[in-house]
Amino acid sequence: MATTHSRIAARFMLAPAVVLLLGWMLVPLIMTLWFSFRKYLPLRGGDLGWVGFDNYVRFVSSSAFWPSVQTTLVIVGGVLIITVVLGILLALLLDQPMWGQGIVRILVIAPFFVMPTVSALVWKNIFMDPVNGLFAHLWKFFGATPIEWLSQASIQSIILIVSWQWLPFATLILLTAVQSLDGEQIEASEMDGAKPLQRFFYIILPHLARAITIVVLIQTIFLLSIFAEIFVTTGGAFGTKTLSYLIFQRVLESQNVGLGSAGGIYAIILANIVAIFLMRIVGKNLDA
Amino acid sequence: MGQITLQQVTKTFGNVEVIPPLDLTIEDGEFTVFVGPSGCGKSTLLRLIAGLEDTTSGKILVDGNDATSVPPAKRGLAMVFQSYALYPHMSVRKNIAFPMRMAGVPQDEQEQRIEQAATALNLTDYLERKPGQLSGGQRQRVAIGRAIVREPEAFLFDEPLSNLDAALRVGMRLEISGLHNRLQTTMIYVTHDQVEAMTMADKIVVLRAGYVEQVGSPLELYRTPRNLFVAGFIGSPKMNFIEGTEAKKHNTATIGIRPEHIDVTNKKGVWNGKVGVAEHLGSDTFFHVHDTGLAETLTVRAPGDVSLRHGDPIGLTPRTDQIHKFNAEGLRVN
Repeated sequence: MATTHSRIAARFMLAPAVVLLLGWMLVPLIMTLWFSFRKYLPLRGGDLGWVGFDNYVRFVSSSAFWPSVQTTLVIVGGVLIITVVLGILLALLLDQPMWGQGIVRILVIAPFFVMPTVSALVWKNIFMDPVNGLFAHLWKFFGATPIEWLSQASIQSIILIVSWQWLPFATLILLTAVQSLDGEQIEASEMDGAKPLQRFFYIILPHLARAITIVVLIQTIFLLSIFAEIFVTTGGAFGTKTLSYLIFQRVLESQNVGLGSAGGIYAIILANIVAIFLMRIVGKNLDA
Repeated sequence: MGQITLQQVTKTFGNVEVIPPLDLTIEDGEFTVFVGPSGCGKSTLLRLIAGLEDTTSGKILVDGNDATSVPPAKRGLAMVFQSYALYPHMSVRKNIAFPMRMAGVPQDEQEQRIEQAATALNLTDYLERKPGQLSGGQRQRVAIGRAIVREPEAFLFDEPLSNLDAALRVGMRLEISGLHNRLQTTMIYVTHDQVEAMTMADKIVVLRAGYVEQVGSPLELYRTPRNLFVAGFIGSPKMNFIEGTEAKKHNTATIGIRPEHIDVTNKKGVWNGKVGVAEHLGSDTFFHVHDTGLAETLTVRAPGDVSLRHGDPIGLTPRTDQIHKFNAEGLRVN
């Protein structure tokens, strides 16, 4: 009964959700834009009026800006590569019939339910502590000098922690895709003489393309704004300052809301550039 | 070169014996159809021959060589699946080329064989399309094309027509038969449809619960079914089985008479009853007759259009030379 009448009713009933969503997104965005053009120092005189593009110029010309963009991209890229590659392998592994499949699957998802702050603390104190950490003990066991993970290999450590958190998500989505593959296709390729590796590259991987696209797009959205993992581990030191962390420092540590807001706008622009590139590269997989 | 021999082949899944010990020889160039009701093990048998399932015991020989533990691709057999199993992300050309690519056939020969197969199967205009853009019949032809280019010892078909509509099915049936006449390659074809079996086969293997009930040419099976199951399975409409006193007159437990071997009259016959349902097809008329004094409802096929309707009295006369006799175990006696 998709009559004019029911369509109007549908719009009417959708309206509250749409208004709420618009308000949710537009109000903070407009406030950020507003503050980005003002000199606003909450502890040093409050709102001091319009300054034009001063905040934007200062934010970009800061020596911390370009390194932070680079760090952001390195972390996002690193985590994406690790989670997608390991996610595919894990999905293939979990798809094999085995005893205790249900429990294993739940265990695999478990890291996703651990709060970022908690998981970062666990990694920092239990695994990566240069004196008491498990890694330190492992290194010592083999007679090597323990690595000071968070200072000597800071970016790699953060990529490791974040990958651990997001791997379950990638695995789960890829597993459902693996399971939806038609068994007769695999058998046909077997009859056609494809060896296991060829089967993977010619049949399974193309089938997973769409799921991989979804994993990459969704993860990128969340990874561009990772914060807790950096805050509780390095605190932005040792070259782990991402764009979102830099904004946090400008707003809360330097108490400069205007400057931070300008940074926020840059973060939006960066996210859009990344999104455009991603859609160019992987977006065609979502068609058809 | 495509003789396939099964020697004492068995297959069990867990505790369930799907194929009890089975011997069968399929001669080179023969079109063999495995037919039986669903769950009779015919697809399993085909998959055993293809190598997609391992035999529990017994041997499978291809051209006299033991192929029991040879991987599927090395047996020289090509299979057409029920769902066609085309690779959805590859164009038709790449689908057909895939087995040759895996086998490392030179590029120019690949092109040549694709061209040949496409011409033979009317696919030339569709080579650059993806499977998703094709109709069911076209997909079926691509799947056959993918099998042909491998130049296999034998083709295996697993209910290839069951996803097609009735009209297309008749067409594809003719095409596959034509293909067999051209290539003269061994073909093994699995179906539950006895019409497909009768029209296409050189040799029919009737299976029930993994047992081979009878092997023979379509007309052998039609004329001399070995037991009640084969008699009931082959032929459409089904053979009439009559038990009790009428069968006693022929000194046996059950007699069978095919609907087309009973003559119909609106006067008195050997059996006289009333028309229950009359199906007028134009070329034939099927009558379901009851109240004949027999326990069973009889099905009768009269050629042409016979103008008897529901409730009309009808006289039936079986042709005595066409009566099949079966003993108490259900085995044929004459």
